[in-house]
Amino acid sequence: MAYSEKVLDHYENPRNAGSFGKDEEGVATGMVGAPACGDVMKLQIKVGKDGVIEDARFKTYGCGSAIASSSLVTEWVKGKTLDQALEIKNSQIAEELALPPVKIHCSILAEDAIRAAVADYWKKQGGG
Amino acid sequence: MLKLPIYLDNSATTPVDPRVAEKMIPYLTEKFGNPASRSHAYGWEAEAAVEEARAEVARLIHADPKEIIWTSGATESDNLAIKGAAHFYSGKGRHLITVKTEHKAVLDSCRELERQGFEVSYLDVQENGLIDLDVFKAALRPDTTLVSVMFVNNEIGVIQPIAEIGEICRDKGIVFHVDATQAPGKLPIDLATLKVDLMSVTAHKVYGPKGIGALYARRKPRVRIEAQMHGGGHERGFRSGTLPVHQIVGMGEAFRLAREEMGAENERIRKLRDRLLDGISSIEQVYVNGDMEQRVPHNLNVSFAYVEGESMLMAIKDLAVSSGSACTSASLEPSYVLRALGRDDELAHSSIRFTIGRFNTEEEIDFAVKLLREKIGKLRDLSPLWEMAQEGVDLNAVQWAAH
Amino acid sequence: MAATVYFDHNATTPVDPAVLEAMLPWFSERFGNASSRHEYGRAARQAVDEARRQVAAAVGAHATEVVFTSGGSEANNLFIKGAAASLKPGALAVSAVEHPSVIEPAAQLARRGWLLCRLAVDEQGRVDEAAYRQSLLSRPKLVSVMLANNETGVLQDVARLAQAARHCEAVFHTDGVQALGKTPLDFRALNACGVHALTVSAHKLGGPKGVGALVIDKGIELEALVAGGGQERGLRSGTENVAAIVGFGAACELAARRLAERAARLAALRQGLEDGLRAQGAIIFGGEARRLPNTVCFALAGFDGETLITHLDRAGYALASGAACSSAHPEPSHVLKAMGVSDGLARGAVRMSLGTGNTQEQVDAFLIALRDTAAKLRQLTALAVS
Repeated sequence: MAYSEKVLDHYENPRNAGSFGKDEEGVATGMVGAPACGDVMKLQIKVGKDGVIEDARFKTYGCGSAIASSSLVTEWVKGKTLDQALEIKNSQIAEELALPPVKIHCSILAEDAIRAAVADYWKKQGGG
Repeated sequence: MLKLPIYLDNSATTPVDPRVAEKMIPYLTEKFGNPASRSHAYGWEAEAAVEEARAEVARLIHADPKEIIWTSGATESDNLAIKGAAHFYSGKGRHLITVKTEHKAVLDSCRELERQGFEVSYLDVQENGLIDLDVFKAALRPDTTLVSVMFVNNEIGVIQPIAEIGEICRDKGIVFHVDATQAPGKLPIDLATLKVDLMSVTAHKVYGPKGIGALYARRKPRVRIEAQMHGGGHERGFRSGTLPVHQIVGMGEAFRLAREEMGAENERIRKLRDRLLDGISSIEQVYVNGDMEQRVPHNLNVSFAYVEGESMLMAIKDLAVSSGSACTSASLEPSYVLRALGRDDELAHSSIRFTIGRFNTEEEIDFAVKLLREKIGKLRDLSPLWEMAQEGVDLNAVQWAAH
Repeated sequence: MAATVYFDHNATTPVDPAVLEAMLPWFSERFGNASSRHEYGRAARQAVDEARRQVAAAVGAHATEVVFTSGGSEANNLFIKGAAASLKPGALAVSAVEHPSVIEPAAQLARRGWLLCRLAVDEQGRVDEAAYRQSLLSRPKLVSVMLANNETGVLQDVARLAQAARHCEAVFHTDGVQALGKTPLDFRALNACGVHALTVSAHKLGGPKGVGALVIDKGIELEALVAGGGQERGLRSGTENVAAIVGFGAACELAARRLAERAARLAALRQGLEDGLRAQGAIIFGGEARRLPNTVCFALAGFDGETLITHLDRAGYALASGAACSSAHPEPSHVLKAMGVSDGLARGAVRMSLGTGNTQEQVDAFLIALRDTAAKLRQLTALAVS
């Protein structure tokens, strides 16, 4: 499998890898994928009082493209409102990373991770 | 200085041994005759070389040269044996038995026969990758005509009980085919005692060239097959087509070297394999796939839990290894062989096959161990599954959203 | 051995030094399995792809139309059996002068319910057009006519024959094993005339044995003969024979580059050869037909071909009596028989096929050796009779 320069860069130097404490203020978690499918992404966002995503973290079990997609997404969501974050489309991720057709599902998963994290945030807000 | 990447994928293919290449080259240039040419010395010389190679291949497996049919490789041999025997004996019965962990060449040949109205039983294997003889016996039917079981598994290196299966088949008058692609040079093969009727072998896993293999077809008692490739009547009508002399010469020399050197070579390789296993066993949650006793010394297949295979290959790109088998690695499916062992998908996805060969050194193994220790740690730091496992979450209890 | 002059290039050819050089690294340092994903595998994959482009370019096809096989025989088997497998039995037509690797699979189909029409040829070895049109009335589903005959070198007007079969919607195949490298080959142009598949092989044009290809229009449904692994778009499983494939590519590129010059040189050599043969009273089979520039199939009346060849071998000339592939059979050539040549005369047939290494001096010396051999044999026979 030949990877693009950008995938390799994110893979070698993942941005914002790690986890926030679960109980930290404003933290929401999106976990998507399944071990059986060969990829699981965990995306965490930290949302400020103004509704802007201040910071993000990820952990990904998956191929290089999956790791790069989630790493890229943590960079992109920072500084965005939740609605703006939801506008990130898998096609943009795929294009930025020059993913081959067989790896498009990685970008879809990354988009799903954003949705899941935002949904978790809303759920927590609603519940709290 | 080590030459990178280090090649630890000798079950996918091997380099041609320089001694083999040296023997082959004259048959591309000055000794280029077509062995089917009966009217001049170019042809006779080529034919003599082909027969000498045939004798060498036969010698390694204790067969008669007349029992060796040249093919383009093990895949063709498997197709010829399975379709050829199933069709020839279809008047007697139309039931075949094989195993879920066989190579695609066997499984796809069986699928094709199923489409033509044959019935095939695909046996499960035990957790160690070996077939259970009782399960095998239970699958036998009065209309079973052919059994196909591989000698050595390509992914996990386990050795199936060929002698025992052979006895049962012979006793019941069932044709027994063995895909021995991964076996020559790795363990002794004695067809004078093994009750094997058909056996597929290839050159390029034994430091010979690609594009050449053979099918052993027993003469006493005689096994019959229908040819799959017609025209010209080469190989006594079993397989037509101009013989690729240089490749045949290469296979003969490769098998001769295997016969002479396998004893010492396998001990050296076993030590390297054990060194690799020792080196990585200090890493947490490493699982060896397949039986360690009934196994060729070249193979180590391990799952590094919570690390996905492809990202792992990327992390250790200084090692040329494979996750899953080389022939199916284009797909994103986890290895069907590991699944058949009952490994869950996550562990199947996390598996790496190391296959050590003639040209690997201790220094290379030490480099591999160091690299693995470092990179597994890095990937686990990135893995949400590892994090969950550390927190004591049972991953099997999690409701995953399949996608 | 080294003194023997090789005049049997239709049987096989030596590997060109440039081709050998291209192949060697793929045995040693670049030995990867093209299906492996690591660096070794990717390098092998790229080499296979590059060779595919070279072969495609040499035959005027698209790279995606090239399916590598273990040789010409397998490619012919793959087409005949593979195309038939996706069709209901019907009629199939093959010329009477085809290679056994077309005739035998066709005969196999005949045993499985297909109606086999053997297309007659005229006395020059060309498919008889009237008989051909007649056989099209049975609406064959498969047709196979070779571009150039291995024994006589006679060329068929395949484009025209394919055109005529269009209305049958037959799948049309041509065996181009002997044509490649000796005469221009343009699959795209043939395809436009209704040819759907073409067989080629490496070892007849300075490439290695053990590799060939079926070039096939992607619209044609084909079932694989060798299953398991899914290589070559699922049409031919098995680990790619990388070194041989690379050699095939290199040989094609060389051959394409040298074709015009080479064909002209061989034609000139052969002209002298045939003039000399005729002067000795030889009959040249297919002599009136368009033929490959390198092939002469002749007989000297009253001489047994085998005997002549045995004596000429001792005199230092390597020749063939029939096709190399079928020379195990003692029967006279099916090709000559189809041309209406009597068994007696056909038994006298000698095939000479010239190649890159042959020179005017060799041809001249051969003509003298032939005359001397014939004279000696006549004397022996005369002695035996008296």
